[in-house]
Amino acid sequence: MNPISVHKRTDPLTWPAALILGLAIVLSLSVSALLLHWQDKPARDALVILFQGAFGSWHALEDCTIKAVPIFLCSLGVAVAFRLQVWNIGAEGQFAMGAIGATWVVLQFPQWPAFLLLPAMMAAAALGGGFCGLIPALLKVRLRANEIIVSLMLNYVCILFLEYLVYGPWKDPVSFGFPMTMVFPPAAIVGAIGSSRLNWGLVLALACAVGFWIFFRFSRLGYELKVCGESPRVAGYARLPYHGLVIAVMVTGGALAGWAGFLEVSATLNRLQPSIMVGYGYTAIVVAWLARLSPASIAAASLLLAGLRVGVENLQLEMQVPAAFGGIMEGVLLLTVLAGGFFVRYRVRWRGFS
Amino acid sequence: MRKGCLLLGMIFLVWMVGAGGAGAADEALKVGFIYVSPVGDAGWSYAHEQARLAVEALEGVRTAFVEDVREGPDSERVMRNMARKGYDLIFATSYGYMDSMLKVAGEFPDTVFMHCSGYKLAPNMGNYFGRIYQARYLSGMAAGAMTRGGQIGYVAAFPIPEVIRGINAFTIGVRAVNPKATVRVVWTKTWYDPATEKEAAKSLLDVGCDVIAQHQDSPGPQEAAQERGAYSVGYNTDMSAFAPRAHLTAAVWNWAPFYLEVVESVRNGTWKSTAAWPGMEKGIVGLAPFGPMVPESVKTRIEQEKARLINGETRVFAGPIKDQQGNLKIAAGETASDEALLGMTWLVEGVVGTTE
Repeated sequence: MNPISVHKRTDPLTWPAALILGLAIVLSLSVSALLLHWQDKPARDALVILFQGAFGSWHALEDCTIKAVPIFLCSLGVAVAFRLQVWNIGAEGQFAMGAIGATWVVLQFPQWPAFLLLPAMMAAAALGGGFCGLIPALLKVRLRANEIIVSLMLNYVCILFLEYLVYGPWKDPVSFGFPMTMVFPPAAIVGAIGSSRLNWGLVLALACAVGFWIFFRFSRLGYELKVCGESPRVAGYARLPYHGLVIAVMVTGGALAGWAGFLEVSATLNRLQPSIMVGYGYTAIVVAWLARLSPASIAAASLLLAGLRVGVENLQLEMQVPAAFGGIMEGVLLLTVLAGGFFVRYRVRWRGFS
Repeated sequence: MRKGCLLLGMIFLVWMVGAGGAGAADEALKVGFIYVSPVGDAGWSYAHEQARLAVEALEGVRTAFVEDVREGPDSERVMRNMARKGYDLIFATSYGYMDSMLKVAGEFPDTVFMHCSGYKLAPNMGNYFGRIYQARYLSGMAAGAMTRGGQIGYVAAFPIPEVIRGINAFTIGVRAVNPKATVRVVWTKTWYDPATEKEAAKSLLDVGCDVIAQHQDSPGPQEAAQERGAYSVGYNTDMSAFAPRAHLTAAVWNWAPFYLEVVESVRNGTWKSTAAWPGMEKGIVGLAPFGPMVPESVKTRIEQEKARLINGETRVFAGPIKDQQGNLKIAAGETASDEALLGMTWLVEGVVGTTE
């Protein structure tokens, strides 16, 4: 007889869930500390430097916020799909297509003023990202193709398409042959808020956060999403449009990731080049799993992961920890949180040997 | 919701504890390095890292580096972070850091910024590179002498002037000893990706190339050549440890003398913003030791040519030089100017491949 019994809880834990998340984070930090110790680095000092680099000053918080905005937008899109149990792994490609869409507008109409250009860029970015999200959705609905595989593979297609554009038709003639478009005119650049380095993309992200929170809490469609997510068959009995919802969430997710791409290309880089792809789409998946559902937790988790990236750079600078460490920490964090999530939903009892 | 609050609470708590930790004033000169790939790449960043260690050994100088920094906003953040922490001199070792460095240089006028392989300048920002094409020319001579079938493969990263110039110099060297040989180019579109580079080398070996050269940062092509019994020419550092039976020589960087010079000039206050492009005469580029398979006659010829390059008797891009279509690009008796070299977008006769 199995000494350990595992039962699914009828009511998943609520208050201990936060505690378990906290424990998971502590555990992942401990694992990281152990790794640092094996590298002969003083673990405690390293963790302090990590936090200081991430959150220890206004500059650091600014850096984290700037970095968190595209992560937040991508993961909001991914989380919307996750709510319906549709696994959108294509945020990276949707991000790229959004950037491409925004760039297309700038290259076609460089002389437009900002109040025409920026909304047009946003629309094009949403269309590009949304289209990229539509393909896996249609294939899932029509052919029952697994959206994980399709959206994942589509990432590579989109990234290669981006490279084709910046190497070929869109290459800047004055860039010495380096793959990048021309620098965007000032009208195409999303400006900074006051004298800080934060840009107005932060406002866009906050607006999306509030919008989606209202949508999930108060709208009928948000409720339908939740029901369909629990069980498509229940949705069928209730005559909820499951297929329509699948397409809607994937397109929305794509559009949000597309907006993240638009912000990166407009505000941060001011041109399109391959180095715009820094893995926000994949980090967004980690964030969406960490935070599960509510936009507030997604925002906090985005900040946390952005802080991790920024902090690890500081760690490299101060203690010469290898760059790969950041990726390891992110992975360990995801694993521990997933493991913690298991305990929230399942009750594990020790029954003893018989 | 609770999770969100918990996370935010933790962040706030940590910020309270973390804020206000100002560093002590430091008399040492702080020099920062930013690398585009990990230092273990045994290539580009590794070569810079070796030079950094030489700088670290100086009295009164402290160095630090951040590796694997993506070009773009990440690099801007790292540079700003370094400048804010009071670094006096910052080296950024990739073309893509140029715009970010220019931006940050504008914000920190008291810090000296040095950008590698770029072209933009500012009162407190200089750029630098080395005439590696001279070493490539010499390594091409080795490849041309050792090829049996007359086809040489070249695994190249991006079709930018720097890489094209290297291919051209290499081919000129090949044809100087072996006028019928050709150099076949494939583009990997990456600076550092061991798997892709190895596959590209294999594709060249498949079509009959028996010497493989590279403009890449990993030893993947070297390994591919050794596996097939072909020869290879390395880049950035001496890659013979990865392919002892294949490695003829390599075009190597030796940044240490240059970096030491820059550090001293910053320390003395004599640093000026310039576009520095020293060559073999300064020791910034060179050839790795020849492999055991290279015959004495070849070695001697290359050494003689090297001496003539160093004392200025010969130039690599001395005419007549034609492009792939047969047009005369550099007339007899003339040499290519620095501008022409920096903006080189055409391939010389003898190269099989395009600039796409």
